[in-house]
Amino acid sequence: MSKKILIADDEPNILISLEFLMQREGHAVSLARDGDEALAAIRAQRPDLVLLDVMMPGRSGFDVCQAVRADPDLAGVKIVMLTAKGRDTDVAKGTALGADAYLTKPFSTHELAARVRELLGLA
Amino acid sequence: MKVDRRELVATLVPGIALALVGLAVAALFAATLDPQERSALASMLAPRAALLLPLWLVLAAAFGALGRMAYLRWVLAPERLAERAGALLAATSGLDTDAGRAFAASPDLGAGLRRLAHVIEGFVGQREALRRDVHARIRDASREIEQERSRLAALMAELSQSVVVCNLDGRILLYNNRARLQFRALSSAPRLADGGELIGLGRSIYAVFDHQLVAHALERVQQRLERGAANPSAQFVTATRTGQLLRVQVAPVRAAAGDGGGDAELSGFVLMLDNITRDFADESRRDLLLHALTEGSRASLGNLLAAVEMLDYPDVDASARERFHRVIRDEVKAMSARLRELSTHAAETQKTRWPLEDMLGADFVSAAARRIEARLGCRAAAGAVDDDLWLRLDSYSLLQALVHLAARLVDEYGVRLITLRLARAGVRAQLDLVWSGPVMSTETAVAWETEPITVGDETLALTLRDVVERHDGACWFERERVRQESFFRFLLPVAGAGEQLEAAQVVRGASRPEYYDFDLFRTSEPTRELAERPLNELTFTVFDCETTGLDPSAGDEIIQIGATRIVNGKLRRHECFEQLVDPKRPISGASIPIHGIRADMVAGQPTIESVLPAFHAFAHDTVLVGHNAAFDMRFLQLKEAATGVVFDQPVLDTLLLSALVHPQQPSHELEAIAERLGVAVLGRHTALGDAIVTAEVFLKLVPLLAERGLRTLGQVREAAQKTYYARLTY
Repeated sequence: MSKKILIADDEPNILISLEFLMQREGHAVSLARDGDEALAAIRAQRPDLVLLDVMMPGRSGFDVCQAVRADPDLAGVKIVMLTAKGRDTDVAKGTALGADAYLTKPFSTHELAARVRELLGLA
Repeated sequence: MKVDRRELVATLVPGIALALVGLAVAALFAATLDPQERSALASMLAPRAALLLPLWLVLAAAFGALGRMAYLRWVLAPERLAERAGALLAATSGLDTDAGRAFAASPDLGAGLRRLAHVIEGFVGQREALRRDVHARIRDASREIEQERSRLAALMAELSQSVVVCNLDGRILLYNNRARLQFRALSSAPRLADGGELIGLGRSIYAVFDHQLVAHALERVQQRLERGAANPSAQFVTATRTGQLLRVQVAPVRAAAGDGGGDAELSGFVLMLDNITRDFADESRRDLLLHALTEGSRASLGNLLAAVEMLDYPDVDASARERFHRVIRDEVKAMSARLRELSTHAAETQKTRWPLEDMLGADFVSAAARRIEARLGCRAAAGAVDDDLWLRLDSYSLLQALVHLAARLVDEYGVRLITLRLARAGVRAQLDLVWSGPVMSTETAVAWETEPITVGDETLALTLRDVVERHDGACWFERERVRQESFFRFLLPVAGAGEQLEAAQVVRGASRPEYYDFDLFRTSEPTRELAERPLNELTFTVFDCETTGLDPSAGDEIIQIGATRIVNGKLRRHECFEQLVDPKRPISGASIPIHGIRADMVAGQPTIESVLPAFHAFAHDTVLVGHNAAFDMRFLQLKEAATGVVFDQPVLDTLLLSALVHPQQPSHELEAIAERLGVAVLGRHTALGDAIVTAEVFLKLVPLLAERGLRTLGQVREAAQKTYYARLTY
């Protein structure tokens, strides 16, 4: 069955590809262009998985992740953080804040698709 | 004529004594006779009595003369001798040797006394010689000390690093021009006080740096000293109130060994300041760029990779394909832009990697021409040179490089005349080393560029290319067929505008101002109340205001403030404050001839609201001195509410002090006092000119007050308040 996926990133150039990729995987895809929009969308749509960019205007990906994890209603939402921040301190922070996976750009879309399938229990 | 009573006595006493003795002998003789004999003798002597009196008179005169002579010779002469010797002994600076030499020449001395007088003369002569010797030695020694001090000060003045020397209380006792410029940049009112409120002899360094910060650094220095470190300095970085970043190196000043015991004690400290604001900004910008490059590139690569991988899918339709292509084009463009920016910046910052100095291009060219002529014996001349061009150079290595090239030309091609040209070329400068003569191959030129630079017997570990690289420049060989000229062209960096200014200011400081007073080492923070301290220990701000008119309560305003400082009993002309003030009202016509300040001169100047706080900072921690200060103080007081600054320090008035010292004089106008005290009046009736005259007058008044027993600030103020003039109010 089709899963709901939210992609939150302020860069349209990655949204284009990720949207195409996820739709091709057979998921229902919705988009958010900054942190606040992402959090609102998560609360409204209860997606199964969020692809969350760290560097966004307004609320950062870390903030969104923390807010989601703080809300027991949203416990089932899987979070995959995508970021250009490659420092190990950032990876540690993302994991500590409750991200299910942390992918550093540039990443292989095949790997991403595989991780998403795995997290959604489709693999 | 004054009669010497003792001389009279000495003259008369022998006669009287003779008479008395004669009478006594006669009486005694008479007592031994019986009455008949007595009457017989009386009858025998009575007729001859007339003979006895003259005999007595003659004898009295003769013995009197002898007595007087004896008195003169054995009493008066030794006394006079003793008196003169005593006077010579008392004369501390009596270099009048004639007084000593004329000793034995007195005619009234006996042989013995004359010998004694000769001996005294000998002693006097010896003493004078010794005294002269001591004076000469002291003079030489102090001259040497003075020379050493001024040599040190000269050295400091020329340093391109900021140096400030403080005593342990943090009072500045030396600073150099560079430090002055740097402090000006730190001043919150650079245009007004010129940094003079921060740096000045006797001022506290803690106005600029946090006391704790310096104390901490000094503590570390002390620790290192105790551990016996050879170079016990510490360093801190601090942000100033104006947001500048300063790196400060603290080094100890130790009392000279032997001055006090074995361990050289800390008597002060040296601060060497570097403004690293720009370095830091450069660094941060580089960080930012690097960051943008790595993270930005990651994002871009991520986008690219994703798009490319999407294109691999067979089921991509035409419109999706187009979208992915657009992503790829976009990202490639973005990455190129980022790289471009980084490389531009890298080129800019590379310049600062090798320490380059600012130099007027024309100076460099003439130095190079001189060097080439001196070394090689060929003619070298400056051709067309842009006189306004400032270069950023490592002048030494570049000079060596030019001499090296010239030497090659002379040795291998017999070139006789070398011309140097300098012109602006875009953002850089081009320096040409020109010659005409035999054609040279490009290969030779390249070989010369890449061989180690040799000047005379000396070979540097540098090639021409290295030197050029240091300057982030370029160098090539060119031939101009039409004019049959060949030249090596160097592209060199040009100094930035701000740097030029600084360098120019340093160069033009022809008369070196006195930025030091080592006597301040000795002064320590007063434990006594201000009022109990002697005047010559205090720091004064001597000031004067020019005003629109004479009635502050009726709305007259200050139009100029001038001030100078007296530190450690010396006038510090270079530490001055001078500022025109826009009074926001007309200047009375009557006053214009006095101060010469017209409305157009004050228009656009800062107003009193900004000038007064700057002056307040300048006068911080000092005693104010003014001529007829009550008048100026009234103006300052009326501005307290508007400006928020209160001048609550003690004030001394030279008018009152003059009235104290010379109460009988009819005038205590500044000119009159100056004339009386021998102070040259120059540049009066500018606020600063008047302040300087007032300061000089004040310095002359201080010893005159001391003669009257008025030494401390408290004594002088109290006495001044009692003069008639103190009752005037404005």
